[in-house]
Amino acid sequence: MCGIVGLFLKDNSLEANLGNLLSDMLISMSDRGPDSAGIAIYADKETGRSKFTIQSENAKTDFEALPNYLSKHLNCKVETKVNDTHSVVIIDESATSKFSEALASFNPEIRIMSRGSSLEIYKEVGLPKQVTQRFNIPQMSGRHGIGHTRMATESAVTTMGAHPFNTGLDQCLVHNGSLSNHNSLRRRLRREGVHIETENDTEVGAAYLTWKMQNGATLGEALESSLEDLDGFFTFLVGTEDGFGVVRDPIACKPAVMAETDQYVAFGSEYRALVNLPEIESAHVWEPEPATVYFWKH
Amino acid sequence: MLEFDLQENGLRKLNSALHDQKENSNQTVWKITNPKGSHAIAVGIDAPIEVNIEGSTGYYCGGMNKLANINVKGSVGPGVAENMMSGKVVIDGDASQYAGATGHGGLLVIKGNASSRCGISMKGINIVVHGNIGHMSAFMAQSGTLVVCGDAGDALGDSLYEAKLFVRGNVKSLGADCEKKEMRPEHLELLEQLLSEAECDAKPEEFTRYGSARKLYNFNIDNSDAY
Repeated sequence: MCGIVGLFLKDNSLEANLGNLLSDMLISMSDRGPDSAGIAIYADKETGRSKFTIQSENAKTDFEALPNYLSKHLNCKVETKVNDTHSVVIIDESATSKFSEALASFNPEIRIMSRGSSLEIYKEVGLPKQVTQRFNIPQMSGRHGIGHTRMATESAVTTMGAHPFNTGLDQCLVHNGSLSNHNSLRRRLRREGVHIETENDTEVGAAYLTWKMQNGATLGEALESSLEDLDGFFTFLVGTEDGFGVVRDPIACKPAVMAETDQYVAFGSEYRALVNLPEIESAHVWEPEPATVYFWKH
Repeated sequence: MLEFDLQENGLRKLNSALHDQKENSNQTVWKITNPKGSHAIAVGIDAPIEVNIEGSTGYYCGGMNKLANINVKGSVGPGVAENMMSGKVVIDGDASQYAGATGHGGLLVIKGNASSRCGISMKGINIVVHGNIGHMSAFMAQSGTLVVCGDAGDALGDSLYEAKLFVRGNVKSLGADCEKKEMRPEHLELLEQLLSEAECDAKPEEFTRYGSARKLYNFNIDNSDAY
């Protein structure tokens, strides 16, 4: 099954409450998938600085020594914000291209969850309630965010198999459904030089979108072509720096419901995810059409 | 009238109380508050009672209904009135996918739009949708009537058996073995009756009838090469 949620704020006064609203929405979808959960939040950014979210199994020791090491190797000011197994790392934009190499030379076991300037991704094995609590998601503010709770079908229950998946810079994807041609597509993308880490179907979907965009497509165009090239069931919710988008496969058997008011646009796998949002009773509530790309931008 | 707060008392308690109602029940009108998108509300009722749900529901609302009148003052999730036997289910808002699927009897009225697979495999239920319906509606529909006052999506009536389909607006495309049919006096009469029961002011003569070309479900030896 899997449950996906998304919240895009039009009203700035709700920004301090984004993490709280999004966590509640995700927790209400817990019985659609108990295996792992994750949230992507688009928070503040600093001009001229890049932001990464990284994850380590030995967070305590790794994250202590990391800032100094990176600052020496990248030759710039490095700020970190440790959050349980994850840490946000902020560096100079000019050092962005050297970041992965520097991190790998420090410890190749550390994983990069997100790259960009405002995106932060937090995901782990466990129920939405546990995962949102351990990362203090309810206390986070932001302009928009997406979340996922997983019922694993295509690959193992691991941190890296959890959603959201980072696609391009400041872009990420959550998926409800299963892709049936992910093995052949993974081989094709690897031949094209695309790095794919796990056996997970959604990672292939995310890598596909990244590859399309690296070859000049806009995110909208990449999503349009996914309707042709991806076989299987999907409702995708994608986050970008300035908004989010929704696309469902042409059969559209994976559920989706949306709500819009003057204050926000919200997405849920079920209406239950939306019932505690402000003034939901008077919201415009509808089901997104199959094979149609929707986008909202700030 | 009995009032039941779903968030306070829970779904099992509600459905079990509704299942306790028999044909001669004195508790004939029920009001269910705070549905908040919950699943399986008022499923499996077998008594001539009235159930009013004050808000939107999740999956399978009113499923397997027999005899009861169920009204939803909101929208419904997937599978509303799935496998309904008799009675009436009325939705004020929209319905998600496979509304009225496999229904054997009774009347399902959707005052908003219904999404994909509305009336899939229907077996005698009547469905009236005031708005539009999505793709693959009435797929393999066996009997009963689907009335659509708005437009129908792709592949209407694919692999249709003997269900009757009436659409007032446009049909995006017809499914395999579904074709336009002539409207005869008995069809206008049937439409008149269903539209009136569904409180819809559309006129029977504004509709087009679609039905099975009967080429697919009768084996034709000339098609054996295709298998």
